[in-house]
Amino acid sequence: MTWVYALLALATVAIILGVLYRPLGDYMAWVYTSRKDWKVERGIYKVIGVDSKTEQTWQAYLRSVLAFSAIGLLIVYGLQRLQQWLPYSLGLPAPSEHLSFNTAASFVGNTNWQSYSPELTVGYTVQFAGLAVQNFVSGAVGIAVAIALVRGFAYRRSGTIGNFWVDLIRGTLRILLPIAVIGAIVLMIGGVIQNFNGFTTVTTLTGATQTIPGGPVASQEVIKLLGTNGGGFFNANSSHPFENPTAWTNVFQVLLMLVIPFSLPRTFGRIVGDNRQGYAILSVMAILYVASFSILTALESAGMGTAPELAGGAMEGKEQRFGILGSTLFATTSTGTSTGAVNSMHDSYTALGGMMPMLNMMLGEVTPGGVGSGIYAILILAVIAVFISGLLIGRTPEYLGKKIGPREIKLAALYILVMPTLVLAGTAMSFAIPGIREDVENTSIWNPGIHGMSEVLYAFTSAANNNGSAFAGLTANTPWLNTALGVVILLGRFVPIVFVLALAGSLAAQDKVPTTSGTLPTHRPMFIGLLTVVTILVTALTFFPVLALGPLAEGLM
Amino acid sequence: MSTITEPRPKPAEAPTRKGGFTWEQVRAALPGAFRKLNPKEQWRNPVMFLVWVGAALTTVLAISEPFIGGPADSGGTVVPWQFTWAIAVWLWLTVLFANLAESVAEGRGKAQAETLRKTRTSTMANRVASYDPATDAAAERAATTQISSSDLALGDVVVVTAGELIPGDGDIVWGIASVDESAITGESAPVVRESGGDRSAVTGGTRVLSDRIVVRITSKPGETFVDRMIALVEGASRQKTPNEIALNILLASLSIIFVVVALTLNPIASYAAAPVSVTVLVALLVCLIPTTIGALLSAIGIAGMDRLVQRNVLAMSGRAVEAAGDVTTLLLDKTGTITYGNRRASEFVRLGGVREQDLVRAAALSSLADPTPEGVSIVELAEQEHGEFDRNTTGEIVPFTAQTRMSGLDLPDGTQIRKGAGSAVIAWLEEGGKRLPSSLLAELDEYVERISQSGGTPLVVATKDTAGEGTLLGVVHLKDVVKEGLPAKFAEMRSMGIRTVMITGDNPLTAAAIAKEAGVDDFLAEATPEDKLAYIRKEQEGGNLVAMTGDGTNDAPALAQADVGVAMNSGTSAAKEAGNMVDLDSDPSKLIDVVRIGKQLLITRGALTTFSIANDIAKYFAIIPAMFMGVFPQLAALNIMGLHSPASAVLSAIIFNAIVIVFLIPLALRGVKYRPGNASSILGRNLAVYGLGGVIAPFIGIWVIDLVVRLIPGF
Repeated sequence: MTWVYALLALATVAIILGVLYRPLGDYMAWVYTSRKDWKVERGIYKVIGVDSKTEQTWQAYLRSVLAFSAIGLLIVYGLQRLQQWLPYSLGLPAPSEHLSFNTAASFVGNTNWQSYSPELTVGYTVQFAGLAVQNFVSGAVGIAVAIALVRGFAYRRSGTIGNFWVDLIRGTLRILLPIAVIGAIVLMIGGVIQNFNGFTTVTTLTGATQTIPGGPVASQEVIKLLGTNGGGFFNANSSHPFENPTAWTNVFQVLLMLVIPFSLPRTFGRIVGDNRQGYAILSVMAILYVASFSILTALESAGMGTAPELAGGAMEGKEQRFGILGSTLFATTSTGTSTGAVNSMHDSYTALGGMMPMLNMMLGEVTPGGVGSGIYAILILAVIAVFISGLLIGRTPEYLGKKIGPREIKLAALYILVMPTLVLAGTAMSFAIPGIREDVENTSIWNPGIHGMSEVLYAFTSAANNNGSAFAGLTANTPWLNTALGVVILLGRFVPIVFVLALAGSLAAQDKVPTTSGTLPTHRPMFIGLLTVVTILVTALTFFPVLALGPLAEGLM
Repeated sequence: MSTITEPRPKPAEAPTRKGGFTWEQVRAALPGAFRKLNPKEQWRNPVMFLVWVGAALTTVLAISEPFIGGPADSGGTVVPWQFTWAIAVWLWLTVLFANLAESVAEGRGKAQAETLRKTRTSTMANRVASYDPATDAAAERAATTQISSSDLALGDVVVVTAGELIPGDGDIVWGIASVDESAITGESAPVVRESGGDRSAVTGGTRVLSDRIVVRITSKPGETFVDRMIALVEGASRQKTPNEIALNILLASLSIIFVVVALTLNPIASYAAAPVSVTVLVALLVCLIPTTIGALLSAIGIAGMDRLVQRNVLAMSGRAVEAAGDVTTLLLDKTGTITYGNRRASEFVRLGGVREQDLVRAAALSSLADPTPEGVSIVELAEQEHGEFDRNTTGEIVPFTAQTRMSGLDLPDGTQIRKGAGSAVIAWLEEGGKRLPSSLLAELDEYVERISQSGGTPLVVATKDTAGEGTLLGVVHLKDVVKEGLPAKFAEMRSMGIRTVMITGDNPLTAAAIAKEAGVDDFLAEATPEDKLAYIRKEQEGGNLVAMTGDGTNDAPALAQADVGVAMNSGTSAAKEAGNMVDLDSDPSKLIDVVRIGKQLLITRGALTTFSIANDIAKYFAIIPAMFMGVFPQLAALNIMGLHSPASAVLSAIIFNAIVIVFLIPLALRGVKYRPGNASSILGRNLAVYGLGGVIAPFIGIWVIDLVVRLIPGF
């Protein structure tokens, strides 16, 4: 029966996404190509002194991205450190320096790794002025960078790749904000709370007293998912009934996470003028997503041991109201979109099942990836796939009419270097440096042995891929992990962006090569298959040795 | 233009050099392979440099192990004492095999370079002290001094007489001579070189067989054509091509990722598992980095250039060879490439009231003494259609002259037969005020017009009896004959995404007819060099890559503008300078081969890269379980090949990794078989062979090697 439900759940999600694919994709393409500014946008441009009609070179675009993010980082850090003097702080003190840094990096980097219990650490002002703002704009930054790369493919002999400020503001105001408003209302209908009540003390049926935090959850919740951020209002994230009360809100949350990443291929196809290219990219994302979901569901349903067999599956760490399917669907979506929200505890999954969320991230977040970051990551892999297949047909390779020469390959190669290096170096350093190892072993790891290693590996994988989910048995609120993960998040977010924008600049400067019958069609099943294999080979394969030491060693027992 | 002897096309490939390599080649290449073990040599190739470092490291370990109490345990497994030695040896062999591939590839050019070097030996030159082209063009009165050819400077003028070697590259400024160019072209028949026109270039080291010429030197010593050829065939001046650089970057980046994997593995393993030994780590690294393509990459490049050399085409840069694979527009000269270059009789068209056999006989008789290909073809066609006739008909031959524009035969009985251009023949018939009937002329006009429109040349045949009474017999249709199989070849090109454009000096009408027959996509009629240049520019504007051939000085701008410009060796030195390839056979149809070789070069690289990366999957399944089976026996589930022990699994993977290089050397040298087709079908085929094959082959290979390795005691 599990499989019938699995199919039904997938079909529901697929049909709704399918219906939205074209209108949303086309709408987003229009947003980024329209020449008209809204009145409110013109007001903003006037205030920040931007001429919306001038485009930027890739260097200028990059400088804008970095400057904007650096300012965001300072603001979020500052707000936390000054929390005790801020209004609506609920009387909470300022978090420590390293925790504040980690949180700032995490929200600016669209990661939302949380080393803390949000409801007990940050007040409403930090939530709203700091975290919620970043939830919107860090997502908009991701889409902007992706659009810049797409423009690189679409433009001919152009020195510019668009205007970052225009892309940022349009993405926020025209895409994220309207969908968020609708989404928040739907969530509230579903029972997600939205108030400013602070802590309410109640007496339970048994006579004990309990302090229940309230807050503006629905408005936070929607952008947490829509912007593939993942930072929950509550520590329990989407498994908390105030965040995700019912089975149908669970499916709605899954849809919120997927809707933009799965529609961006349409935007891409639209802007480059060939919708079939969008379908090809979409197919690769969907194939990997469905495969990952199926494997995870199979592994979790077949959980071995007395308890899982009695429960009909590995139910430890999963909410009864979502069941195995609701949990695996959410986990696949959340780790595949770089959201990192959880409605079940990945740490408690079966050993091999727990490997699947990790693998989703190790693929470089392309199934379908975060807002914007998913499509630019897969386009980089497409460049590499095109390069290899171009050689195989005897032409110097080209993608969408753009030649893939030494410079383009160099940038793509540097891109794919970053993530594995950060994950492996971070994990290795946690165990290699004696002082740090002691700290990690004694303070952070609560499950010594193979699983403890997996927890650390998961943490660095999540940080480097800007996911934000965790094997939560790990205590990450330590100076080493807060700092190291914060640095990994920033490097994992912005170093690849440097290469993506440089690639966009280099592609935009080229003229287009005309398509002939000697050109490799990049919209046919063969290329889709090749790109799928390349994605698995150049990213996930790197991690085979460490996975053998962690989940594989644990799971093959 | 006096072309007495056109060089005949040579057989494409000498049979001995066809497939891969022979034992003699290996023996000759071995010293070079060992010399290349020098780390300075390895540094250029990051992938093989890593293997070199690994080999050196394991050797040091192997030597020191007896003093530190044998090899350390690896991943909780006891390692046999021979293990480190075995790995070290096979790593050195891996490096050696890669060197061998490169040496063999270079060796094939070395032999050719040797013969070329012989032509470079210094000779004495008769330098004209002060050359005055106006008054003493032949330099007969000017004083000459004897100097060594190596002292000649740019712009010097020398006199070369029969029997002497030409001292340096230059252009003939006066005279005509037959020259033996066999030293560079391998073609024994002498060629004619003369001042002015498109055949004025001479190459240093070639020998003048007859006559006397005055040559202006156009190259500095050490930079002559032969010098450049030697550097090219030896691979000394080989620069990495853009695509090769791009591939190198990708391979380096994959290598770096795996270095990170290897370096971080032990710290991570130290927490919950057991660290593996350095030897095993090195083995893991070498297995994962793309050694197969890394080892063969430069051999593929050298062999690609060599394949061109074997076809007597010299590419001045590897970039040009690569660009050839990308060409989307081919400009082909009509004459010699699309047509045979000489017109052939295809049909006899008789006028009303004339007996067919009269026309055929007259046409054949008038051509009996005509040695031109046109004349011969008329006789052949006549015999074909009407059987043998008396070839021994005697008579007085009337040769073709520019004045009469006719040729023919005066029979002993006084009958005169003439064939020639319509207007000339009519004028001859109407000599002495006779008038031909206008109906007859109208009929003739109709036939002539029809033949012209179809791209042919009409040749009117008439007789005149002793009384001076002329009879108009009919018209011979001379046709520019399109080479057989061309339409199919061009269709193939089309499927490869290449447009073919015919270049001709013919009028648009004729050009259109021939273009249609040959099946080219476009044509450029009445083409001047300026037209060609404009056409190339237009194509390039649209993003196309253009290839063309040319030989004249006025072709030089177009040759330089084209992405691939193949200059004919018979052409001027300006043309040779402008082009990026020289065809020693001066065969314009070679362009198609050049494109094919360019594609083959890229495909070979892609195939071996795919193969190399696909191999990693099997190697993982060999090494990963082996590394940690000691601490995690459950990882045996991943040992799907059923390898005997951790030590034998690692060694088998390393041995496979080395041996596969040797197996692929012939492929690297010969190039992957290229079958034309559209992009999807080529990709599908190559992915199946090299991608899927690359996944499966190592599973079988490692398993087989393990069956042998397990027999070694201790493994």
